Amino acid sequence: MSVLLPKKMHRRAALRGLLGGGAVSVALPYLDCVLNESGTALAATGQALPVRFGTWYWGMGHTPGHSVVEKRQTTKGIEFIEECASLQRHKDNVNFFGMFGMPLDGRANYTHFSGWVANRTGVAPTRGGEVPAPTLDLLIADVIGNDTRFKTLDVTAVGIARENYSARNTDSRGAAEVSPVGLYARLFGPEFVDPNKAGFKPDPKVMVEKSALSGIMEESQAYMKTVGAADKARLDEYFTSIRQIENQLALQLQAPAPNDACLVPSRAEDPPEDRLAKVREMPHVVSTHKVLAKLLAMAVACNQTKVFNMVFTDNFANVRREGETYTHHLLTHTETIDTKLGYQPLTFWFNKAAMDGWADYLDVFTGVKEGSGTLLDNCMIFASSETNYAKLHTIDGVPTFLAGKAGGRVKTGYYVQGGGDPITRVGFTAMRVMGVPIEKWGQKSLQTSKIISDILA
Amino acid sequence: MSCDVSQVFSRLFKAAGALALMAAVSGCGPSEPKTAAAPPDMRRLTDRQYHNVIGDIFGRDIEVGGRPDPLTRTDGLLAVGTRTARITPAGLEQYYLVAKSVAAQVTDKVHRDTLIECKPADVKAADDTCAQTYFQRVGRVLYRRPLRAPELKAAVQTAHEMANASQDFYNGVSLALADMLVTPQFLFVVDETETDPANPAGQRLTSYAKAARLSFFLWDTAPTEQMLDAAEKGDFHKDVSKFVDAMMDSPRLQDGARAFFADFLGLDKFETLEKDSIIYNAFSNVVAKDAQEEVLRMVTDHVITRDQDYRDIFTTRQTFLTGPLARIYRVRVERPDGAWVSHEYTPQDGRAGILTTVGFNAVASHPGRSSPTLRGKAIREQLLCQHVPDPPGDVDFTLFEDPNSPNKTARQRLNAHATAPACAGCHKITDPIGLALENFDGIGQYRQTENGEKIDTSGDLDGAAYGDPVGLGKAMHDNAATPACVVRRLWTYAAGRAPSQANSAFSNYLDKSFARDGYRVRGLIRRIATSDAFYAIANGATGTASDVPPVQTAKAQEK
Repeated sequence: MSVLLPKKMHRRAALRGLLGGGAVSVALPYLDCVLNESGTALAATGQALPVRFGTWYWGMGHTPGHSVVEKRQTTKGIEFIEECASLQRHKDNVNFFGMFGMPLDGRANYTHFSGWVANRTGVAPTRGGEVPAPTLDLLIADVIGNDTRFKTLDVTAVGIARENYSARNTDSRGAAEVSPVGLYARLFGPEFVDPNKAGFKPDPKVMVEKSALSGIMEESQAYMKTVGAADKARLDEYFTSIRQIENQLALQLQAPAPNDACLVPSRAEDPPEDRLAKVREMPHVVSTHKVLAKLLAMAVACNQTKVFNMVFTDNFANVRREGETYTHHLLTHTETIDTKLGYQPLTFWFNKAAMDGWADYLDVFTGVKEGSGTLLDNCMIFASSETNYAKLHTIDGVPTFLAGKAGGRVKTGYYVQGGGDPITRVGFTAMRVMGVPIEKWGQKSLQTSKIISDILA
Repeated sequence: MSCDVSQVFSRLFKAAGALALMAAVSGCGPSEPKTAAAPPDMRRLTDRQYHNVIGDIFGRDIEVGGRPDPLTRTDGLLAVGTRTARITPAGLEQYYLVAKSVAAQVTDKVHRDTLIECKPADVKAADDTCAQTYFQRVGRVLYRRPLRAPELKAAVQTAHEMANASQDFYNGVSLALADMLVTPQFLFVVDETETDPANPAGQRLTSYAKAARLSFFLWDTAPTEQMLDAAEKGDFHKDVSKFVDAMMDSPRLQDGARAFFADFLGLDKFETLEKDSIIYNAFSNVVAKDAQEEVLRMVTDHVITRDQDYRDIFTTRQTFLTGPLARIYRVRVERPDGAWVSHEYTPQDGRAGILTTVGFNAVASHPGRSSPTLRGKAIREQLLCQHVPDPPGDVDFTLFEDPNSPNKTARQRLNAHATAPACAGCHKITDPIGLALENFDGIGQYRQTENGEKIDTSGDLDGAAYGDPVGLGKAMHDNAATPACVVRRLWTYAAGRAPSQANSAFSNYLDKSFARDGYRVRGLIRRIATSDAFYAIANGATGTASDVPPVQTAKAQEK
């Protein structure tokens, strides 16, 4: 065990670190009132399956009136139309949250930025580029992600590594994996221990490697005494990162339990990149996304991670259609509305491609059999954009989904009518379902302590 | 640091001609004003610095891959973001993979005899003496100071344990080296301080920390072994100018200058540059790479190699091209392949200075068309250090893009769009200068018409009128904000933070000195690198030197 970060910490100290001093308040003792341990997540072996959390992101929101039929009240049964037609096959696998608000309390709406930051951190940024609090996936990872090889996995199909909407703060935003080959090597390279392979033998060299890392890092701890508070926080995060590598090494020394759902995929290949221009053309993004989604789903099924983030298109939607002079983002502002159709046709094409991509992603997770159900049944995936109607940069009503039953803890198939409540209720509910011990989340008008009980099982 | 008479005479004897006399005398000028020192910093190595350090210590044939966490551009520079940059779990995972790969290469059969100065008594067993010799030396260059006793002990112990476990001495060295490459001592450059003997109530950078600060500024890499030897003797507390002059005479100054200009000019945008392959079928990965390199070569050749007036980078007709790039420029070069050749534009080519390069125009454009607004914004923010407000949230571009509109050129479309009061203010800041570059399409190819309509490139920059892109370059050359901006950014880059209001006298001093030196960047670099302000440190916690005594190096033990 590492001597760097003692596993036995005072609970309050642990939570202080966990929540990063952000916009969260903690309830102690935590009453696990929302969790359903009904056994729906039990495998045939009787062993409990882990419940995982993911996020899925796309840029530019929806075309209002042409995506989801709005309901006057929360109701079972979602009607996906036109732009979201492909999601109709998953209407019973997701919940959709409509007509929630995103109050910024007078702070500027930094276009295509404030929306995702507020939705994922519960705090409106005070300047462009600022991530004022940890994103919800990291708060969840702090609780459930410490016993897997990767605390989180961040992947993007749009080819821009910095477009990753998982961040501890402004200066702590990792690069996302962009390459299928890179992701495959990371997940299923030599360090991967196949749970279904017989004859596991721990490698003594790995034992030395782990011990050495701990020893050398112990010397580095002296630095903690010599730096100021801000840099101490940076080093704290560094040592947390070291802990993940130690975890990875420790897992290589343990024989994993056999796992029927874990089917190691064949080696991935990057598509030919003979031209720079192809990378962010929508068909390329779609095909890359499918490959990355399969790898990510198998990483989850093989228990390599419990928290996974996918970006389909970035917040400025730097994706194009071949031969078009403008990107998706620019089209939302420049394309004229077709009066017969009632929307911007090219923009609609991109929005529809994103929703097709979301449906593809869900196909992948429902396509993996796990226990008595599917992988998606044992996941909760938070999917959102940064705007509602990109042409006007509206952020009230930003489309948000929760997919999967979280191991039986939630019901799906609901259109949840927000009635103008802050959208942070969705993130807060997700965190509570995933076991994050908080009683409220967010700041100012985005702060909430109200779980969306309509979806709890 | 003040200029003494002996320096002047020394220069006079070395230099020939009246010009040198003027330069030598002008190097003195007013003395440096007092500055309010900033607290010590802890900066994360940039990706480029990481590569440079590994290349310097182990050789350029060592492959370094990886993808570090991105930096946040602050005060116009990524370099400032290193002061607050963190290392996420995914980022450290990358560092660890790279560290293991580098260490494996250093200890492989091809490199071990060259890079490791001793040989083990038995290659199948641990050899603590050899390991200690090696890590004492390599640890000092990696950590930019001598290893402390526990640090050295831990490295030797790691090497010992792995050598025994694997029955391979070099496996042991490889593991210990990999671990050192992921320590905070290596990945973060910490300003270590000590009590200032001249002011016992205050702190100063240690001699090693001064060497590191200077080396990263001038060469974008860690101090050499020779510099560390000098630091050990405290030489960086005595006369730093001799180190500065020697380092500025080295070709390595190009590395430092390239790092600064790549950051200053925002060339990181090339990493995500993409162009539509149907609209711009001449554009490729090769062109993008060469276009970025052309900008760097053009600028560093001008201001470093030839030590010319900085402002001329907006007017010079001298550049460097490859065959693929020349085809975009539609000019002939001697070598049609990828080799770089110098090239001088004629007045008829319609190109002069960095604003007319493929690199500048391709980056500040959309994937399928040019953008006067993006180009104007880049000029204002990057090259003039001026702030352009964000657009309002409810922009309506309908007038801009109405397919039934008779507007054929970008100027006509933007004029229609800018009639909206909410948009007009900002577009007045950006568009007139961006429209001057409309002779260049979205990848910088020259054109005179758009949709059959002749392009009007006339305008004015802060009152200075011009008629074409070359004229805009002349207006940039003559604009007072142009040199002031590079001064501000170079100081910010060196110090890791923008100049504060409290230090406005120092900023003015740099501005005036730059002008007096004929806007020579070399002179500006030297002035900063030899200034007291560059090394000044306020009392503070970060980087305070540890009480743990350093391990003495072999050289020190001999004395």
